[in-house]
Amino acid sequence: MTPHMLTRSLDRGATIFLAIVAACGILIPLSNLLLPAGSFLQVPTYLVALWGKYVCYAILALAIDLIWGYCGILSLGHGAFFALGGYAMGMYLMRQIGTRGVYGNPILPDFMVFLNWQKLPWYWYGFDMFWFAALMVLVVPGLLAFCFGWLAFRSRVTGVYLSIITQAMTYALLLAFFRNDFGFGGNNGLTDFKDILGFNVQAEGTRAALFALSCLALIIGFLICRAIVSSKLGKVLIAVRDAESRTRFLGYRVESYKLFVFTVSACMAGVAGALYVPQVGIINPSEFAPGNSIEAVIWVAVGGRGTLVGAALGAVVVNYAKTFFTSGVLAPYWLFMLGALFILVTLLLPKGIVGTFNAWWASTREKSTAAAIASAAAENGVEPKMAE
Amino acid sequence: MPAHLSARLCSLALSLLLIAFALPAFAGPFEDAVAKFANDDFSDTEEAIGVVAGSGNKLAFPIISALQDGRLMADPDSKKVYVTGTDGKSIDAATGETVASVPDSASAVRLNNRLRRSVDAALGSLTLQSPDVGTRLQAAQSVFKSHEETALEAVDAALAKETNRSVKAALGEARAAILLFKSDATEVEKLEAVATLKARGDQEALALLTGMGDQPASVTKAATSAIGSIQNSLAVWSMVQNAWYGLSLGSVLLLAAIGLAITFGVMGVINMAHGEMVMLGAYTTFVVQEVIRSRYPGLFDYSLLIAVPLAFLVAGAIGVLIERSIIRFLYGRPLETLLATWGLSLVLQQAVRTMFGPTNREVGNPSWMSGAFELGQITITYNRLWILLFTLAVFAILLAMLRYTALGLEMRAVTQNRRMAASMGIATSRVDALTFGLGSGIAGIAGVALSQIDNVSPNLGQSYIIDSFMVVVFGGVGNLWGTLVGAFTLGIANKFLEPVAGAVLGKIAILVLIILFIQKRPRGLFALKGRAVEA
Repeated sequence: MTPHMLTRSLDRGATIFLAIVAACGILIPLSNLLLPAGSFLQVPTYLVALWGKYVCYAILALAIDLIWGYCGILSLGHGAFFALGGYAMGMYLMRQIGTRGVYGNPILPDFMVFLNWQKLPWYWYGFDMFWFAALMVLVVPGLLAFCFGWLAFRSRVTGVYLSIITQAMTYALLLAFFRNDFGFGGNNGLTDFKDILGFNVQAEGTRAALFALSCLALIIGFLICRAIVSSKLGKVLIAVRDAESRTRFLGYRVESYKLFVFTVSACMAGVAGALYVPQVGIINPSEFAPGNSIEAVIWVAVGGRGTLVGAALGAVVVNYAKTFFTSGVLAPYWLFMLGALFILVTLLLPKGIVGTFNAWWASTREKSTAAAIASAAAENGVEPKMAE
Repeated sequence: MPAHLSARLCSLALSLLLIAFALPAFAGPFEDAVAKFANDDFSDTEEAIGVVAGSGNKLAFPIISALQDGRLMADPDSKKVYVTGTDGKSIDAATGETVASVPDSASAVRLNNRLRRSVDAALGSLTLQSPDVGTRLQAAQSVFKSHEETALEAVDAALAKETNRSVKAALGEARAAILLFKSDATEVEKLEAVATLKARGDQEALALLTGMGDQPASVTKAATSAIGSIQNSLAVWSMVQNAWYGLSLGSVLLLAAIGLAITFGVMGVINMAHGEMVMLGAYTTFVVQEVIRSRYPGLFDYSLLIAVPLAFLVAGAIGVLIERSIIRFLYGRPLETLLATWGLSLVLQQAVRTMFGPTNREVGNPSWMSGAFELGQITITYNRLWILLFTLAVFAILLAMLRYTALGLEMRAVTQNRRMAASMGIATSRVDALTFGLGSGIAGIAGVALSQIDNVSPNLGQSYIIDSFMVVVFGGVGNLWGTLVGAFTLGIANKFLEPVAGAVLGKIAILVLIILFIQKRPRGLFALKGRAVEA
C-alpha cells in the first residue's frame, strides 16, 4: 500500500473514525491497567472484555459491508466464517490447556477423553503452534469462501438465491458442529481456556492487550476495505452491485471480482472470530445459527451500508443496545425492539445512520455554499443565478 | 413357557381379578379341588391341577402359575390355600378375596418332575384357550418365540378349537416354530414348518430359520431358499418403509413450503416471517382446543375441522396487514424485504411468547388421528396418513383456485406482467395484498396440521423456514408443481439417506446437495423460461 493510496482513501469521516478507534485502543487498556480500581476514570475489566466483543463485531460488520455495501452480495452466512475463525483460535487455546484439564491428558482435550477417543484426529494437528492456528484463522474461512464463491459466482447464483444458499451453508455447519463425533466438542463447543501465548486469558493485562489488538485489527481491516473500495477494483465492484449484467457486457470478469472480495471478507470475518473467542472465553455451535448472521447484517443496515464507518458504528450501537436492554427489566422486550429495528430501518432509514447523516451534511453544505455564492454575488451587485 | 412371561400374565390376571373380585363364595368342585392343594400329596395335587385347569374359573390361571413359581401357599391346618402375587399381595385361592397376610403355618405347595410337566401343560392350554382373544394371541406369539417342545400338545389342542383367524395363524406359526426345532419331527412336518415361516416372512422368522441348527438336507435346502426370499422381501419392505417415511416427510415439507411458494415463488417476496404464520396457525389450533375442552368437550374430535378455517383467517388477515403496512413499500428491494420480514418474525415470536409463554403447548390428537395400522411389514400412523392426504387436498384446491377463479386469474396476470395487468383494469395493489394473504393463510393451515406432529412452541416456525426455502428454491420459483416435486424429492432423499448416514449427516448431505444443485440449475428444477426471470 503506497502512502499516496492511503491518503487518497481517507476522507474526513474515515480519519475521525480511525482516530477514535486508535484512541480507544490505547486509552481504555491504559486506564484499565494504570488507574486504581474504583477510580472514576478507570474502565473496569468486564467492560474491557465487553467492548472488545463489540470491536470484534465491528470487524465482522465491516466484512459484511465490504461485500453487501459495495458488491451487492448479501451473505446470510457470514457468521459461519466468523465462527470458523473462532474455532481455529479455540483449537489453539484448547491445545494450550495441556495437563491442566479435568482429565489431565497432555494431548487430548477434555471432551475427547470424555468421549473415549484414543488419539488426536488429524485435523487437530498443528494447532498447538500459534503461527499455525493464526494461519488457519485466515485459511479455513478463506478457503471455504473461495470454494463456495467459486461455485456460486461462476454459475451466476445471485441476489436472493445466494442469500438463501449461504444461509443453508451456515445451517449445515451448525448441524455438523453440533455432532459430538465431528471432533469439535459438540454441543458444548470449546471452552475452559487457560493461556494464550503463555499469558493467562483471564488476566487483566491479557484482556487489555486483546482489546488493543482488536482495535488494531479493526483499523487494519478498515484500511484494507478503504483501499479496496477506493481503488479501480472498488469502482468495478460498485458497478457490479448496480448493474451486474452491464458490467459483464463491458468485458469485466464479474465472478472474479466477486470471488476476490468475498474471500477477503470471509478472512476478515475469521479474524474477528479469532479475536472474539479468547475475550468471551467460549466458542460453541450456536455461533453458526442463521439468526446470528442475519443479525450481523442488520448492524450494517442500521449503521449504513456502503459506508464502512457506518457498519462498524452500527455493530457497536446495536450491540450496546442489546446489552443495555437484555440486562434490565426490559429484557422481554428486546426482541420486539430488535424486530422493530429491522423493520423501521429498512422502511424509514434505508441509508442507515451514517448514510442519512452524510446525505443531510452534503445537502446542508450545498445550501450554505449556495447561500455564500448568493451573498457574494449580491455584494458584487450581480443578479444571483440560482440552480433550479 | 418362560418365567418372566408367566409372571407378567399372572400379574395381568391378578389385576383383572381385583377388578372382578365378587365371586360366588359357596363351595363347589372348584373350591374342593383348591382345598386339595393343602393335602401335600402329589396325587391329590395332580388331581387338583386337572380340575382347576379344566374349571374355566378366572382364578385357574393365577393359581396354576403360582404353583409353577412356588408362590401357591397352603395352610395344612385350616386347609386354606393362598396365592402370593409377584407384587407381594396375597389372595385366597378359593374365593379370590384379598387377604392381609398368609399365615405362618402355610408353606409352598411342592411339586415333583411329573407334576411340573402337567403344570406346564395346564398353563399352556389355559392361556392358549383363554376366552380373551388378545391373551390367546399373546400366548401363541410367546410360544412362537420360545418354541418349547412341551407346548406342542397345548398348541395342537388350541388349534383344533380356535375360530379367530389371526390367532389361528399365530398358533400355526407357533406350531411350525416348535416342529422346526423338535428333533423327532418328520421331514414332511419340518418342510411344512419352513413353508409356514417363509410365509410369515419377518425378522423373527428369519432368526428362527438361520438359527435352527442341524437338519435333514432337504429341510436345510428349503430353509436356505426361504431365508433368501425372506431377506428379499424384508429389503423390499424396508424400501417401502423408507418411501413411506419419505412421503410423510415430503408432505410436511410441502405443507410448510406451499404458502411460501405463493409469497416467494409467485410474488417474489422473501418472507422470512413465513414460519411464524405456520406458528400462528398452530397456536390457533391450540386456542380452539382450549375453548372446546373447557366449553364443549364433545366437539373435541371436530377441533381440527374448526381450526382449519380459523387458522386460515387469522394467518391470512395478519398476512394482508403485513403486506399493506410493510411489504408494499419494499417491492423491488428483495434483500430489504428479507431483513424487514426477519424483524417481523422476531416480533411475532416474541409476541406469542409473551401471550402463551415460552414453553411447549399441548395440542391433542383427535381420536381419528391417533393410532396406527399395519400394512404388510410396515406400520402406518393415522396422523401421518391424514397429513399426507390433507396436504394433497390443499395443493389441489390451491391449484384449482389459481386456475379457475377470477382472483387466481388476476394473480397470474399481475405476476406475469404487472403493468399490462394494471392497464387491463386489475387493481394490482389489491391483488398483491390478497395474494400475500392467501400465502400466509395457507401457512396458517399448515400450522394446524403440523401442530399434530410437532411441538407447538414460539420456535415452531423457525424450524421450518430454512427447509421451506430449500424446497421452493429446489423446485423452481414460480411453479407450484416444482414445489410439489421438490418437497417429495427432498423428503424421500432425506429418508433414504438417513439409514446410511444418520439423521443429522443425512440432513447436512441434503443441504450440501441443494447448494451444489443450485450451482447447476440456479433457477431450480422447473425454471420459468423467458424474460420474466430477468426482472
